[in-house]
Formats: sequence, C-alpha cells, structure tokens
Amino acid sequence: MKCSEFLQELTNYLDGILDARTRAELEDHLAWCHNCYVVCDTTKKTIEIYRDSQLYELPEDLRGRLRSAIMAKCQKKKAGPEPV
Amino acid sequence: MGTIQPKLSEPVSDELALVQAAKGGEVAAFEELVKRYDRNVFRIAQHITQNREDAEDVVQDAFLKAYQNLGQFQGQSKFYTWLVRIAVNEALMKLRRRRPERMVSLDEDVKTEDDSVPREVADWSPNPEQLYTQSELHDILTRTIQGLPPSFRTVFVLRDVEGLSTEEAAEALDLSIPAVKSRLLRARLQLRERLSRYFQKRNVGGDGTQ
Repeated sequence: MKCSEFLQELTNYLDGILDARTRAELEDHLAWCHNCYVVCDTTKKTIEIYRDSQLYELPEDLRGRLRSAIMAKCQKKKAGPEPV
Repeated sequence: MGTIQPKLSEPVSDELALVQAAKGGEVAAFEELVKRYDRNVFRIAQHITQNREDAEDVVQDAFLKAYQNLGQFQGQSKFYTWLVRIAVNEALMKLRRRRPERMVSLDEDVKTEDDSVPREVADWSPNPEQLYTQSELHDILTRTIQGLPPSFRTVFVLRDVEGLSTEEAAEALDLSIPAVKSRLLRARLQLRERLSRYFQKRNVGGDGTQ
C-alpha cells in the first residue's frame, strides 16, 4: 500500500469499517511508514479532542429561556400536517 | 492503533410514542423532545453560524418548524436526523444572511491547494490537552474549526462531534454518502494539520528550554 492509498482509506479505518484484508494491508503500512503512523495517530487525537471538548455547551439559564420561548410559540400553533 | 469509539446514544425506543403524542396535540410530549435534543441543536447551530445570537434563533426556529411540520415526519428516519436536517437548513440560512458576499452551500466541493496532503508530520505531545488551560484550549479549537469552509465543518460536527452515522449525516445534509466521506476526510486532515502547530512535540534544547 502506498501513502496516497493509505490516506484514501484513513477515514474508513478510523471508523472501523474496513474489510479485514484492507485493514491488514493498512496496518502493515503503518508498521514501517512513520509519517503515516503519525498522521493516523494525530487525526484520531484531533477527533477525540473535539468530541471531548464540550465546545458550545448550552448554559442552563439560557437553556431554560430558550425552552420557555419555544414552548410558548408552540402553544400558539397547532402541530399538524399543513406545510409552513 | 484503535478505531474511534462512537459516542453512546440515548435509547430512542420511546421516541416514536413521544412524536405521536405531540402530533396528537400533547405539547408536553414535544417539550420532552426539546429537552432531549436542545443541547445538540445548539452545538450544531453555533458551529455552523459561529455566532451566539444566531445559534439561539436557530434553536427556536428549528424546534418551532419541527413542531409545525410534525405531520410531515413519516418515521422512516430517526426524529433526531429529521430535526438536524431542519436545524442545519435554518443555520445555513442565517449564515447566508450574514455573509451575503459569499455563497454558502453544502454542495460546494471546496478545493483548496493540496488540502489532503499532510505537511505536518511531527508527533504530538502525549497529552496535548494539558499543554494549555481549558479556556486556551477552547480558543484554539474554536479558531481552528472556524477556519474550515462551512460545508466541511458541518460534516465534521455531525459525524465526529454529534456522532451521526455516515448515512444519517448524508440524509440530514441531503448529500451523497461519497460526498460526506470525502468532506469528512478532508475536514479531519485539515483540522489535524492546523492543530499540529499547537500540539506537536517540541524538541527540548540543551539548556532545558523548549
């Protein structure tokens, strides 16, 4: 497997959806290609950092205000099949 | 090297019952759905619009639109995927209003120069989060993701932050599965490249300074 082929499969590899043969070829490539190993490892860390970052958490006071506003508007409207 | 472990999603078995009750006029059932997903919708909206006020508007407009159109929801997809689709559209409309000079579309297949060829291949510190305080880290992550085109950061947020499957993201964004995969790969690689500037292992000099 070449480096460019590894890159094409990276997303499927990280998502764990590669077939066994392609996965084995990719892991063989990672065993000797340090650059691709680093790219793979740091891409995985990138995803984990964003996933665990709690960026843009909704503060509880704002959450309460938004919910009240939403429900007040919903009370005025009727849920139904008619398009907006 | 392991794969990414998906976020555990909450059970949705009672969801259809809540939707049915809300369709039948039970506002309390709809409020339960709001409570379940308001945090997710807010995060998605803020990531796309990059503006707090716009994100607040999007949350309200998306839930109201969902409520008014519950009759259109056929239950073939998850309620959450349907709601995300509405929220993404509302958020993109806000973005277009704010940046009329730039066309904002999820269909654009943004080509930037060599965006998929890794240049930074230095290893990272073992615990990159510990190099910075919590607020510094948030600042770095925010600025980094803001630099991505909207079509890339939206796919990244739905797949990697909110944990939607490729199929669900494709449905929510009205994109093909190959288009979602292509944008996700490039978003992940571009974010990695930019974060490497902050997180790469520094060589310790002879005098002990970095």
